[in-house]
Amino acid sequence: MSNADWNRLKDNVFKYVGIACTFVGLLMLAIFLIDILIKGVGRLDWQFLSSLPSRMASKAGILPALAGTMWIMVVTAVIAIPLGVSAGIYLEEYGKKSRFASILEININNLAGVPSIIYGLLGVEIFSRVMGLGGSLLAGSLTLALLILPVIIVSTREAIRAVPKTIREGSFALGATKWQTIQHQILPASAGGILTGVILALSRAIGETAPLIVIGALAYVAFVPTTPMDDFSVLPIQIFNWVSRPQKEFHVNAAAAIIVLLVVTFLMNGIAVYLRNRWQKKVKW
Amino acid sequence: MYKIRTTDVNVFYGDNHVIKNVSMEVMPNTVTALIGPSGCGKSTFLRLLNRMNDYIDGFSMTGNIFVDNNEIYSRKTVVEELRKKVGMVFQKPNPFPKSIYENVVYGLRIQGIKNKALLDETVERCLVQAALWNEVKDDLKKSALALSGGQQQRLCIARTLAVEPTVILMDEPASALDPISTSKIEELIYELKNKYTIIIVTHNMQQAGRVSDRTAFFYMGDLVEYDETKKIFTNPKLERTQNYITGRFG
Repeated sequence: MSNADWNRLKDNVFKYVGIACTFVGLLMLAIFLIDILIKGVGRLDWQFLSSLPSRMASKAGILPALAGTMWIMVVTAVIAIPLGVSAGIYLEEYGKKSRFASILEININNLAGVPSIIYGLLGVEIFSRVMGLGGSLLAGSLTLALLILPVIIVSTREAIRAVPKTIREGSFALGATKWQTIQHQILPASAGGILTGVILALSRAIGETAPLIVIGALAYVAFVPTTPMDDFSVLPIQIFNWVSRPQKEFHVNAAAAIIVLLVVTFLMNGIAVYLRNRWQKKVKW
Repeated sequence: MYKIRTTDVNVFYGDNHVIKNVSMEVMPNTVTALIGPSGCGKSTFLRLLNRMNDYIDGFSMTGNIFVDNNEIYSRKTVVEELRKKVGMVFQKPNPFPKSIYENVVYGLRIQGIKNKALLDETVERCLVQAALWNEVKDDLKKSALALSGGQQQRLCIARTLAVEPTVILMDEPASALDPISTSKIEELIYELKNKYTIIIVTHNMQQAGRVSDRTAFFYMGDLVEYDETKKIFTNPKLERTQNYITGRFG
């Protein structure tokens, strides 16, 4: 075999090994999805979506958990978006040179790597005990907001950095202040990217279980929360609860609830992808 | 009577000494060309005049720069006000991703001007002045990004004129454009000289010769020679200038 043949062979081998590696991941996802769909799709009906949890699997539903997830998503967004976007703007536009900013930056990167259970412990201490919020929706949302804050900050900075320097200079050269430049040029141009990051961060937040268990989110909530001070449950906790029961029927419920949770997350990721594409098409420099 | 006057200006980027003891005067309603090889400090010098270097990490300077006899690096200077008076056109056309109309009125909008009649009037006046009006008057709502490179650059000039500066700085304004667009920009510079003081950085010797009244030759941060353009190009005092202009180095 000549040297060239040998190299071609290696090339091909690597190509197929690469394909195989890719398929391992996809295959796992596919098996998981098919398994869940077979188990749970028959259980999905209006009754399931609109009922309270029950001791009887056939009567149980996910209404409080679904509503709790929606509540958590909205309240977390309201808390985390202004904080994260403002911090991102500060770090990227104002604080670039100072030593203080670089210390902040290192710590934000550290925050992104902290395990979520630690955030739960922080939340239960500060929000639940010191601030007296107990196991309320607000305590849970504050905790999750902290959890996704680094993600929002990082994606805000990346989106802002993608706005060319020439646009900034053009604005400054016409007598605009820094804030005017941010408000009129940088934020509109980076809104798509920021929004994408925010949505991905939120879709991570609604899948989180550990910190909310620590906060004291309940597995059995017999009502739909109406204020942020109410007790609450969320889908992952409901799923966790059902999976840990011995009865087979509850496992079916869990599978159905997983489908609902997946639909919500995929939907959000879909919106994020759509926004990113639209944004890329709209703004060409 | 000098529009711009600099005395013993030194600029450092960190430890890098990029402008060395530059003193020069610019008369009102003239075009001054800054020439010299890449990295000679001419762009840095230009950007001193509207304080665009302030954002660069490690920038520091000594000496004084006066525009209309006001020291622009004094603590009393409001940078935003200075930039309304000293406008700038960049090397690469940089229209905002907005409509043509909004690009022109941007400088006025950020000053809080909302009077529709005034804005409309400004758009027409500036686009006419920038020789773009006839090409775009029917679609002012169109995105500025849809214009050709040459049109975009003239739009950027119109945008600069809208805030009524008295000085216009141009940093190689035609280097990214085709020859026809370039000659349009050059004609424009000639027209604008009547009302504005223009300082232009260029790599193109013919361009410097065509559009400018005076030429300053920079080399390694020094202002080597500064004189009437005619003299610089036909009978420079220094050999180094002669060598650069005739293309023997640089």
